[in-house]
Amino acid sequence: MKTNNKKIKEKELVVKSRTNNLSFIRDFVYGAAAEVGIPADIIENIILAVDEACTNIIKHAYKSYPEGEITIRLKYSNKKFTILIVDHGAPFKPESVPDPDLQKYYRQHRIGGLGMYLMKSLMDEVKYVSIPGKYNQVLLTKNLTVTH
Amino acid sequence: MAEFSTSVKDAGDVNIIYLKGYLDAHTAPTLENTFSNLIDRERYSIVVNFKDLAYISSAGLGVFMAFIEKVRENKGDIKLSAMSDKVFNIFDLLGFPLLYEIFKTEDEAITKFKEIKKLENQ
Repeated sequence: MKTNNKKIKEKELVVKSRTNNLSFIRDFVYGAAAEVGIPADIIENIILAVDEACTNIIKHAYKSYPEGEITIRLKYSNKKFTILIVDHGAPFKPESVPDPDLQKYYRQHRIGGLGMYLMKSLMDEVKYVSIPGKYNQVLLTKNLTVTH
Repeated sequence: MAEFSTSVKDAGDVNIIYLKGYLDAHTAPTLENTFSNLIDRERYSIVVNFKDLAYISSAGLGVFMAFIEKVRENKGDIKLSAMSDKVFNIFDLLGFPLLYEIFKTEDEAITKFKEIKKLENQ
């Protein structure tokens, strides 16, 4: 792969909290990440992490209310691709989400926490800030220091 | 909007679900309906063919968890087949190979069902 020192300015997308926007969000992130030369396999991981974050916002922060707003801000600099995702839904306590236990889900016929586990596995850093009554934000970071 | 569709083939006692496109929180209900329809028809030997599945998120993975126990209670199973490396990696990351049999090809998965049937009839 050629080295690419191109920098994108911040790119921003604001969408309503609806699951039919997930593919639009993925395309937006894919396009911006490809533009700065991030390898396709890493982009795939990034878009899955962003999808999981936005799905959690739609289902949990906005509880499927379709008129909420999700802001996605992308930035690439110093070999770091960061995605800041902001919502104004119910406050979120990431520490209340345990790591998934498939055996337990098997017995309970339900599933949860998989998305957050995937985000943590696929990204180098996942940082939550929740200001109750104001906003939640999650910052996803992928370091691209390794030569591909 | 992401495209996702399923189609179902009857192959004797076994049913094959073919997945195509992008399986996320928006499209997962389509797959739920496909499983529900099979279970309503008391079809519990199910092979899922992932060959044309381009993408899966945890909402898609959740669908398999939602139906597996019901299917196994009825002496059936959901066997997975023909996943791309990319899709397999997501299943693997979440520990699904401990709960589901995953085969390289649809035929291998069907054969496994037939072998079990044969043993039961002996």
